[in-house]
Amino acid sequence: MTVLLEMRGIGKSFPGVRALDQVNLTVEAGEIHAICGENGAGKSTLMKVLSGVYPAGSYEGEIRYDGAVLENRSIRDSEAKGIIIIHQELALVPLLSIAENLFIGNEIARRGVINWQAAFKKTEGLLKKVGLNEAPGTQVGKLGVGKQQLIEIAKALAKDVRLLILDEPTAALQENDSQKLLDLMLELKAHGVTQIIISHKLNEISRVADRITVIRDGSTVSTIDRAEISEDRIIRDMVGRDMAHRYPDRVPNPGETLLEVEGWNVWHPEQKDRQTIHNAAFHVRKGEIVGIAGLMGTGRTELAMSLFGRSYGRGHRGKVRMNGREVDVTTVDKAIAAGVSYVTEDRKALGLILEEPILKNISLANLAGIAMRGVLDKRREAKVAEEYRKALAIRTPGVQQKVLNLSGGNQQKVVLSKWLFTDPQVLILDEPTRGIDVGAKYEIYTIMNDLAAQGRGVVMISSEMPELLGMCDRIYVMNEGRIVGELSRAEATQERIMAMILKTTGRAA
Amino acid sequence: MAEGKGQKTNLGAHLGGHLRENGMLVALVAIVFFFTLVVRVSIDVDFLSAQNITNLFLQNSYVIIMALGMLLVIVAGHIDLSVGSVAAFTGAVAATLTVTLGWPVLAVIPTVLVVGGLIGAAQGYWVAYWRIPSFIVTLAGMLVFRGLTLWLLGGQNIGPFPKSFQSLSTGFIPDLFMVGKPNVTAILVVTLAALILIFLAWRSRQCDAEFGIEQEPMGLFVARSMVIAAALIFVGYKLASFRGLPNVVVVLTILTVLYAFFTENTTTGRRIYALGGNEKAAKLSGINTNRLVFLCFINMGVLASLAGMIVTARLNSATPKAGTGFELDVIAAVFIGGASMTGGSGKIIGVVVGALIMGVMNNGMSILGIGIDYQQVIKGLVLLAAVIFDVYNKNK
Repeated sequence: MTVLLEMRGIGKSFPGVRALDQVNLTVEAGEIHAICGENGAGKSTLMKVLSGVYPAGSYEGEIRYDGAVLENRSIRDSEAKGIIIIHQELALVPLLSIAENLFIGNEIARRGVINWQAAFKKTEGLLKKVGLNEAPGTQVGKLGVGKQQLIEIAKALAKDVRLLILDEPTAALQENDSQKLLDLMLELKAHGVTQIIISHKLNEISRVADRITVIRDGSTVSTIDRAEISEDRIIRDMVGRDMAHRYPDRVPNPGETLLEVEGWNVWHPEQKDRQTIHNAAFHVRKGEIVGIAGLMGTGRTELAMSLFGRSYGRGHRGKVRMNGREVDVTTVDKAIAAGVSYVTEDRKALGLILEEPILKNISLANLAGIAMRGVLDKRREAKVAEEYRKALAIRTPGVQQKVLNLSGGNQQKVVLSKWLFTDPQVLILDEPTRGIDVGAKYEIYTIMNDLAAQGRGVVMISSEMPELLGMCDRIYVMNEGRIVGELSRAEATQERIMAMILKTTGRAA
Repeated sequence: MAEGKGQKTNLGAHLGGHLRENGMLVALVAIVFFFTLVVRVSIDVDFLSAQNITNLFLQNSYVIIMALGMLLVIVAGHIDLSVGSVAAFTGAVAATLTVTLGWPVLAVIPTVLVVGGLIGAAQGYWVAYWRIPSFIVTLAGMLVFRGLTLWLLGGQNIGPFPKSFQSLSTGFIPDLFMVGKPNVTAILVVTLAALILIFLAWRSRQCDAEFGIEQEPMGLFVARSMVIAAALIFVGYKLASFRGLPNVVVVLTILTVLYAFFTENTTTGRRIYALGGNEKAAKLSGINTNRLVFLCFINMGVLASLAGMIVTARLNSATPKAGTGFELDVIAAVFIGGASMTGGSGKIIGVVVGALIMGVMNNGMSILGIGIDYQQVIKGLVLLAAVIFDVYNKNK
């Protein structure tokens, strides 16, 4: 076997973060190579280095491709050499036809005039190759996600692909669509197309991959040959790090049950027959920190947001109780009144008004708390903001500063202040430490502990397992829209959580 | 002064940070001075004569009134292109009720305001609850209500109106002291207003100090307050020596104060800004964003109908062509006043200043006999310049 791609000693830094460090990857011609790792391990960054999203010079190390040094200045460069990446979020234009999509930026044209006859003819050939039986003039938006994924592959084939990179290609697919896709991968392999697949789904990987490279914390851990592939081995390599961070001490003192969710079902907001949350049930006690573990896209955020005033999904069904009494959480203000707060994972888009000062952001969810008969008391507003600034140590020259100018950690504290001012009994924190530096993380953890000590219930959704293990009294594990397990602090280990996820993937039906 | 040296260094920094707010005020003053000078030199007329100042307000009242509502619509992230047609239509309704059907004026005014509110609701419903872009809904409204105006008037002018209706626009507050000229009531009212203004500014300054909020340097505060008070009293004196305070000016002032209070000091006002600043975040904070958009459009309809009545009263007849192009003047005033196209920012006082800038330029250029062709070009360029100034400030 000849080596098609060799990445040696790849390193890549972002301000404050070392995303990749000494990554090595060797891909042989004609193989399917899988890359595994936790969320944030650096898989996608590595693929962006390879495909020219990060141009040569912005990273360290050397890439050799097809016997020569590869120095991409842009995605166009890498595509010209036959390296094509299909991202998790599909890059199709839904209102255009299949044929138009296949040749976007790569039109069959003479002097800017497209030869539609040739394009349609070629489209038919490509669709046959990927096993799609659709007319070339069909609008892409009218096809399902599975078929769209196949069109992405056809688009890659239209560009004479030699190395095809698939970033979590089956994440959004139903079981039979996934199988079709995997079959197609094997068929392409038979035609000599080398492929790299990024996936969490070990059953899929073991089905198609010839070799697996495991990446953890931005470095290569191991490369495993097909013969040695086992789920245990991969899990150990994926999560085998030491507890790098420290967590503030706390003596858990859980009280009575505060929030109770039972038989919670939610459907996708647009695809009516797709159920995103299946029969979820969980509870939170006073003074307890409860974690929800799971990979991205398994429905953790959807679960939280659907509970919080039906901010996600449709067809909600199930019961929500607070302190034993059923409560109405059908709108956000009712949920807030019931004592529930949700701190979003996307604080810039969903949590803050960036152009407004800190004090206006803090009062936003509880304007009644600073007003008399609808008239704002601005002194009180400033006072409240000042109190939270001190209590949560928001580092800013003053509460009149626009939140735009704050660091991630301080922005997160502003969002937390906003919700604390609604005096919630239960706080659902969605990825509360995402995009925050280590020092600020510790502060956020301390705040969470304080909240629990005050007798509030805290729900923590996180993709970082060490953080869940370090902070939570109990952990629920979610996978594919279901809560698939519950672990006490004593029982919980990264291996157990991973095993719960991997063993239920594609098997719960 | 104790602050002495520190203040000087602060002044520059402060002006840099608040260039926008003060900039427009300075621009307005500069434009007034410019026209005073040029009008005096070129045609030897007093631009700041009592009569011209009165005219200025009478001519521009409708723009300012509608701009108050338009600010809310634009802050909420929308636009209303239909206000000119709605003003014309409601004016026509007022004419039909008063002149053709002989309703008493006191019944006509509230009825027409309700009609305006209903029109706003009809448009706002589609924008708020169906998520149809406001540009399209109100573009349709612009055509529909222009058409309905023509239909209602049958292509004719309807008029004249009884005196009581005309006084909406051309009436003056009677002098309670009967001294003759100058009108003592007018001078008293304006002086009182100036004092209240200074008092309020002083109090909010004290409040800022209490919470360590960055303050405007003392010198600038005093200077600005003096200029505003002086301008107010000057205008008041001029009005007093002509025919007194026009009713329109009183309505205008009350509305401006009311809306400034509403936008800055009420929960509903604050929520509209939050909705325009980040709709998703506002929604997730428990704010009923759809209802707020709906209310903004209802409010716009009511103000458009008020403006429609004032214009009709001023012309003393409802005409099919009334209000043509008003929407552009109103929207321009809001943007010159510093509102952001994407929503979430803009102040009532800025909008009033923006509308006055437009008004003074209209008036000044007309007196100078500058053709409508050049006038449009200049107004367009001023709008563009004001927004470029904004963007430049933001990026700096």
